[in-house]
Amino acid sequence: MDLLIQTIWEGLVAGVLYALIALGFVLIFKASGVFNFAQGIMVVFAALTLVGTYEKLAAQGFTGPAAAFTAMAVAIVVMYALAMVVERFVLRPLVNQPDIILFMATFGLTYLLIGAGEVIFGGEPKVMITKELFLPTGSTDLRIPGAGPNGRDGLVLLQHIDIAAAIIASVMIAALAFFFQYTRIGRALRAVADSHKAALSVGISLNQIWVIVWFTAGIVALITGIMWGARSDVSFGLQTIALKALPVLILGGFTSVPGAIIGGLIIGIGEKLGELYLAPMLLGSTLGRGVESWLAYFIALAFLLFRPQGLFGEKIIERI
Amino acid sequence: MLYRESGQFKTSYTADMAVFPIREDKIGIALIMLGALIVPFVATDFFLASVAIPFLVYVLAAIGLNILTGYTGLISLGTGAFMGVGAYACYKLTTYFPDVNIIIWILVSGFFSAAIGIVFGLPSLRIKGFYLAVATLAAQFFLEWCFVRISWLYNDNASGAIEVPRRTLAGMPITGANALPEVRYLILLALVVLLTWIASNVVHGRIGRSWMAIRDMDIAAELIGIRPLKTKLLAFAVSSYYAGVSGACMMFLWYGGGEAADLFNINQSFNILFMVIIGGLGSLIGAFFGAAFISSLPTVLKFGLPAIGIPIAGATAEHITFLLVGFLIIFFLIVEPHGLARLWQIAKQKLRLWPFPY
Repeated sequence: MDLLIQTIWEGLVAGVLYALIALGFVLIFKASGVFNFAQGIMVVFAALTLVGTYEKLAAQGFTGPAAAFTAMAVAIVVMYALAMVVERFVLRPLVNQPDIILFMATFGLTYLLIGAGEVIFGGEPKVMITKELFLPTGSTDLRIPGAGPNGRDGLVLLQHIDIAAAIIASVMIAALAFFFQYTRIGRALRAVADSHKAALSVGISLNQIWVIVWFTAGIVALITGIMWGARSDVSFGLQTIALKALPVLILGGFTSVPGAIIGGLIIGIGEKLGELYLAPMLLGSTLGRGVESWLAYFIALAFLLFRPQGLFGEKIIERI
Repeated sequence: MLYRESGQFKTSYTADMAVFPIREDKIGIALIMLGALIVPFVATDFFLASVAIPFLVYVLAAIGLNILTGYTGLISLGTGAFMGVGAYACYKLTTYFPDVNIIIWILVSGFFSAAIGIVFGLPSLRIKGFYLAVATLAAQFFLEWCFVRISWLYNDNASGAIEVPRRTLAGMPITGANALPEVRYLILLALVVLLTWIASNVVHGRIGRSWMAIRDMDIAAELIGIRPLKTKLLAFAVSSYYAGVSGACMMFLWYGGGEAADLFNINQSFNILFMVIIGGLGSLIGAFFGAAFISSLPTVLKFGLPAIGIPIAGATAEHITFLLVGFLIIFFLIVEPHGLARLWQIAKQKLRLWPFPY
């Protein structure tokens, strides 16, 4: 019982983090129709900028929370600059090209960012500045009522950083929802997502919107990077979590923000439960290990066979 | 161009629709083939082993993916895994039946890959576009997992890797440790020429036209009597066949052993997609251009940059390569989104009229 609850909790936390990455994808896909493969590396790049800048500041003798938040400001500025550069040098020249060409361009961007990140900050893993950013560490044991009395039975381990991640993610999603629903720019973003041409005709600047949306995705990437970085290290290995977010994306639908969140939770829990219970049951304990790498895709595929546009995606209407 | 096609009149539809309608083109292709045959006798072993052989292996994979993505319009990110299926099938076949010639097994192993390709192609009937692309990632990760976990596939080797056995053709070793690069190159060349010739005939014929109809608009294609089920699955099968043969060649004629997780991972799939897109979607010659470009780029950067006076150390070389590859991909996409094949076409068209502007 305690194991089950622990697994579900871990699945939920992983799901929240997948959802954050998927959110970055969805934002960009909605506004510019670009399937942004670089979202994963943007997470790494943002976190690296944060930690790398902090290290540089620390080398000057400037440490503590003040330095950490200075580094955060630098990272935000860098993400904004990145959004400008992407819009100016990738999106603008490639406007109105087929989707797959833009998809490939974001691949080029991925390589560029990997190269740039390694050249500037070095390839070795870095430790996230958790304490300086006032993020909690440590863990709490939660006793489940009615469980066995002895030893660790009935205890569920809650990492504080996981709780913080869940709270921060919820706050951010709420903030984004507010931003989209009630601000002028948010309305413009929704208009662009509905129809590029109609948005242009009422005087919304597509280029400006793209910068804003890539910047927003950059901020989401930075926060995701901090959360993932606090759980493990900040290294280029982290970009593979982008591949984890892809099934979330097809499950929830490319164009739906709630889809990304619910998809993330379904995939997170399904993956952890499948790894722990389903795979050993079906495949045996030796063969059943490591199914995490593909299980998420099969869960997503199973949903897709019934809803080809994802759970919350827009219905695809085809005309001849 | 160096020649004019004036005076060559076509008197039948077949002659007009030929793959090489102009006499000089035929001569040109013959010259290129002759050149390719001479290469092993003049080039160094290093050139053969690290430029020519990889190029030929990647050409096969790129043709395969081009059939699926370029001709049928289905994006696949599972090419690496399908290549792996070919490599493992070939390995199992040749260890069970060591007496049969390895070249036959290389060609047969593609069919195993095709069968797996059909299974993972089934979702394409319902899912489209990027949803399908992500769905094919399921194939990639599932098969990659199989390669690592199912030890029967690599004959329970403790290292978890394939060890390519020594196989001969007419007494000459063609796989294994002491196979000469010249021999491997020539065998690969023969395979590539044969399979390209088949692919060219397929895409120019009825099947190819039905693929392109599906690509351009599948509902309309269905209305004019093309069965999407058969056509899409056939595209998946043929594409995976080429990928499988390419994977078997990669394992047996290029690397001579290795771990699948390294060779047939997701990066390989992306690599081949790059080739197809940089080369030109829906163009066989584009597959050649793209494979040449992407497969030689790391080698060229590694040895070319120091040669022109930009010194790079070992570790930073890799980073710089990443940076440059990313830059070049974006650059080429912006300059010509339709790929190198289109550039080639434009160049030919311009040269045809040269020195007149029109």
